[in-house]
Amino acid sequence: MHFTLKIWRQAGPRAKGYFEKFTIDNVDSDTSFLEMLDMLNNQLVKENRESIAFDHDCREGICGACGLYINGRAHGPDDDVTTCQLYMRRFKNGSEITMEPFRSGAFPVIKDLMVNRSAFDKILQAGGFVSVNTGSAPEAHTTLISREKAEESMDASSCIGCGACVASCKNGSAMLFVASRVSALSLLPQGKPEACRRARAMVLKMDEMGFGSCTNIGTCQMECPKNITVANIARLNREFLYCKRSDLQ
Amino acid sequence: MAGILNAKIPEGPLDQKWTLHKESLKTVSPANRGGMHIIVVGTGLAGASAAAALGEQGFRVNVFCMGDSPRRAHSVSAQGGINAAKNYRNDNDSVQRLFLDTLKGGDFRSREANVYRLAEVSNAIIDHCVALGVPFARDYAGYLDNRSFGGSQVSRTFYARGQTGQQLLLAAYGALNRQVALGNVTVHCRHQMMDLVVIDGQAKGIITRDMVTGRIERYPAHAVVLATGGYANVYFLSTNSMNSNASALVQCWKKGAFFANPGFVQIHPTCIPVHGTHQSKLTLMSESLRNDGRIWVPKNKATAEHLREGTLKPSEVHENERDYYLERRYPAYGNLVPRDVASRAAKERCDAGLGINKTGKAVYLDFEKAVETQGKASIDRKYGNLFQMYEKITDNNPYKEPMQIFPAMHYTMGGLWVDYNLMTTIRGLFAIGEANFSDHGANRLGASALMQCLADGFFILPYTLPDYLEAEIGEPLPDTAHPDFIQASEKVKQRIHNLMRIGRRTPVDDLHRELGKLMWEHAGIVRSAEGLSGTFIELDAIRDRFRKETGIPGSDKTVNKELEKALHMEDYLLLAGLMIKDALHREESCGGHFRVESQTKEGETLRNDKEFQYVAAWEYKDSDTEPVLHKEPLVFSYINVTERKYK
Ligand SMILES: Cc1cc2nc3c(=O)[nH]c(=O)nc-3n(C[C@H](O)[C@H](O)[C@H](O)COP(=O)(O)OP(=O)(O)OC[C@H]3O[C@@H](n4cnc5c(N)ncnc54)[C@H](O)[C@@H]3O)c2cc1C
Ligand code: FES
Repeated sequence: MHFTLKIWRQAGPRAKGYFEKFTIDNVDSDTSFLEMLDMLNNQLVKENRESIAFDHDCREGICGACGLYINGRAHGPDDDVTTCQLYMRRFKNGSEITMEPFRSGAFPVIKDLMVNRSAFDKILQAGGFVSVNTGSAPEAHTTLISREKAEESMDASSCIGCGACVASCKNGSAMLFVASRVSALSLLPQGKPEACRRARAMVLKMDEMGFGSCTNIGTCQMECPKNITVANIARLNREFLYCKRSDLQ
Repeated sequence: MAGILNAKIPEGPLDQKWTLHKESLKTVSPANRGGMHIIVVGTGLAGASAAAALGEQGFRVNVFCMGDSPRRAHSVSAQGGINAAKNYRNDNDSVQRLFLDTLKGGDFRSREANVYRLAEVSNAIIDHCVALGVPFARDYAGYLDNRSFGGSQVSRTFYARGQTGQQLLLAAYGALNRQVALGNVTVHCRHQMMDLVVIDGQAKGIITRDMVTGRIERYPAHAVVLATGGYANVYFLSTNSMNSNASALVQCWKKGAFFANPGFVQIHPTCIPVHGTHQSKLTLMSESLRNDGRIWVPKNKATAEHLREGTLKPSEVHENERDYYLERRYPAYGNLVPRDVASRAAKERCDAGLGINKTGKAVYLDFEKAVETQGKASIDRKYGNLFQMYEKITDNNPYKEPMQIFPAMHYTMGGLWVDYNLMTTIRGLFAIGEANFSDHGANRLGASALMQCLADGFFILPYTLPDYLEAEIGEPLPDTAHPDFIQASEKVKQRIHNLMRIGRRTPVDDLHRELGKLMWEHAGIVRSAEGLSGTFIELDAIRDRFRKETGIPGSDKTVNKELEKALHMEDYLLLAGLMIKDALHREESCGGHFRVESQTKEGETLRNDKEFQYVAAWEYKDSDTEPVLHKEPLVFSYINVTERKYK
C-alpha cells in the first residue's frame, strides 16, 4: 500500500506550526499505524531529515501514551481503539492521511505530534486516590463488594488517561477523565469516605488547569477508546452537588 | 575475591528469618526523616510503590520516569494477575506452597530465604491493593475471585479482568500522587537517568537528561533506588513496552554494581506470531488463556502443510488428527506447564515441521471445547477483552478460528545483584522489581512479577532502606558541585556529543533489529556452545557499524527520539555481550536457559547442581577488560533440591 501523509510539524511550544507532506510506499496492510510512522521516520533518517516526534509506549492500547488526531478524529477512524491499535488495512490504498496532535488549551504542544498532558497528573494529585497508608489495610475479605459494583468500578477504572475526550470536546473539558476516576473509587466502599472531598478537589483543580466546562455534548464518550460513558459524569455531578460544606473542612 | 558477595541472609529458621531480621534493622526517627533525600528511578509497580511507602514514612523522595506520566510505566500492560497465598479456594494453598512452587518454577536457581519472604508478604499486598481501591474480580457473593496460572496446582491468582497491571499501577500511582500532594514526593517525568554518581564508594545521586529540552541535570540524594524494569528489549522484538530499556542497569553496572544471571530470560509461550518485517513489538496473549484454551498442532506434516497454505481449516482437522502435545507430554499440568516448558515444546513441534501458519512458526490455542462446556458468555466474561485485542491485531475472530500463537521474548530474571536488603554491590544503591535478579531464579512463574514488584516496594524496601540511611543521619545532602558530580555530567555530555557526531544515515532501528535477531537465534529458546560463541564476531560487527554509520538527525537540545534510541542501543550492545558470556559459561540447562548439550533423553532440562548451583554475578572492569565472574553459592537448607517434573 502507499499513502500521502499530511503531518503537523511544530519545533516547540511557542514555535509556529505547519503541515508537511510526505509519501510512503510498500506498506503492508498488517502494519500498525505507528509502525507505519516508524517506517517514515527511518526513511527520514536515511535522508538526514529530522524525524517526527510522537508519544507511544505499550502499543497495546493500555498505557494511554499514544494519541493522534487522524483525519479529524481522535485515534482515527475506528471506534474503541487507541492510535497504536489502528492498522493500515483500515485505510484506502493511495489515500491522504492527516495527522495532528491532541490539541487543547490545557495540552500545550511540545513538539510535532507530542503534547503536554501533565495537567491530568495534577488533577489526580488533587484527590484521585484512597488515603490509606501502607501496612494499615484490613484483611481483604473484611469488606465484601458485589460483583456488579466491582464490575461497574472496573468499567470506570478502565480510563487510560490518553486525553482523547479533551481533544475532541469543543469546550476542551476534562469531565469524562475526572468522572472516571471519581466513579471508580466512589463506587467502592473503600473510596466512599473521601468521595465528596475527592470530587470537589478534582473538579476545582480541573478548572484551575484551564479545562473547559461540560455542556453535555457527549463527544467524549463517542471518542473514548475505552468506552467510558457519560453516566460517570452524572455520578460525578451528584458527588459534587451533594457534598456538604462541612465535609470539606 | 571471596567474601565480596555477602547476601546477608539472616540467621534463624526459614519462616522466622524476615521477622527476626526486621527486628534487628535500624530505623530513622520521624524527626530525622524529612532531612533525608531518596531518589527513586522508575514509576512502575516497584518504583511507584516504594516511593509512596517511603513518602508515607516522611522521607523526601525524588522520582524519575521517562514517560509523560508515572502511570504509563510498562507495568500498566500486565494482563493476567498477581499471586498470593490466601488459600481462599480452600485448595490447600499456603505460604509454604507458594514458596515451593516459586522456587521449583525457578529451577532452584534463586535464594531460598528471599523466595520465602516473597511468599510471606504476598497476602498483605492483596489487602493493601484492595484498600487502595483495586477493582479485583469478585464472585456473586462479593468475595475475591481467583484463576490459575502455569506451574501451580492451586488457584491463587487475583485479577482485574485482563488489566491487572493497569489497575495495580493506578493504585500505586494513586498512593504516589497522594504523597506528591502532601509534599513528600516530587515527580520528574520525561527525565532519563544517564548515570549514577558514586562518591567514596557510596551512591550519592544521578545525572539525568531532560527529554524535552536536552538539559543534563544533577540530582543529589542520600540513597538511590533503581526500579527501571527489565531488559527484554535487547531482543528488539519483545512483549515489553517500546520505552523499556536497559540503560540505567548498564550504567550502574559500569559504576560497580554487579550484574547477576544476565543470561536468564523468559520467553512467553502465548504471543501473537511475528507477521511482517516492519513489526515493532510483539503482543502477549495472557497466560490465563491456558486455563481454558488447549494448545495443539496437527499430528502429521501433510495436514500442517495444508493448514499453512490455507487449503484446510483448523476446524476441519479431526479430533484424532490433532496433537495436544502439552496434555500428552505433561499429563499432570497439561496446558498449564511453566512458560519455559511450553515455549520449548512449541518450538520443538514447529521445528518438526508442524507449525500451522505461513511462516511455520505458530501453534493453535483453541477454545472450542471451553465454549462447548462453559458457554460463550462465561468465556467472554473471562477473556472478552483479550479476544477483542487478538481480533484487532490479526483480523481473526477466536470464536470462529483458534488463536495462533508462538513464543516471544518477555521478561528478564537476571538483573542487578542485590543482598537480602535489596542493596546492590554499591553501597546506597538499591534495586527493586524486575531490575534486580532476586526471586525468580532461572524461570519466573506467571503472576509473580507483579507480586515481587509490590513486595519489594511496599513491604521490603521501606524496612531495609532506613537501616542503611540510619548511618547517614546528619550527613549533608551531597553538593552537586562535587568533582564526581561534575565529572559524571561532563561524561554524559561527551557521550551524547560523540553519538550526534557520527552523522551518518543508518537508522538505529535497523541495527537494533539485527542485534535482536542475533540474540533470538543464539540466546533464545535453545542455546548451544557453538551458537553462543559464534555470536561474538557478529556482535562486534554490529557494534562497529553502530559507531560508524548511525544517523541521528536534528539536535540534542530538543525532543530527539533517534538520540534516545541510540543511547539505549549503545547500552544494549554492551549488555548483549555479557548475556552471551553468561549463557555460554553456564554449561547446564535450568529453567529458561536450555543448553542443547545438557538435556535428558526426553528432551527436558538437565541441571548440573554440583557445578552450577550458584548465582553468577558479573563485575564490570573497563572497556578493554573482560568482566569478572563472582559466584554466590546457593544453599538450600529447608528443601530438597529435586528434579523439576511437571509430568
Ligand atoms: C505484556 C506483559 C504482561 C505481563 N503480565 C504480567 C502478569 O499478568 N502478572 C505478572 O506478575 N507479571 C506480568 N508481567 C511482568 C510485569 O509486568 C513486569 O515484570 C513488571 O511490571 C515490571 O515492573 P517494574 O516496576 O520493575 O518496572 P516497569 O514497570 O518496567 O517500570 C520501569 C520504570 O522505569 C522508568 N525508567 C526506565 N529506564 C529509565 C531511565 N534510564 N531513567 C528514568 N526512568 C527510567 C520507566 O519510565 C518506568 O517508569 C507482564 C509483562 C508484560 C510485558
Ligand atoms: S502506545 Fe500505549 S495506548 Fe497506545
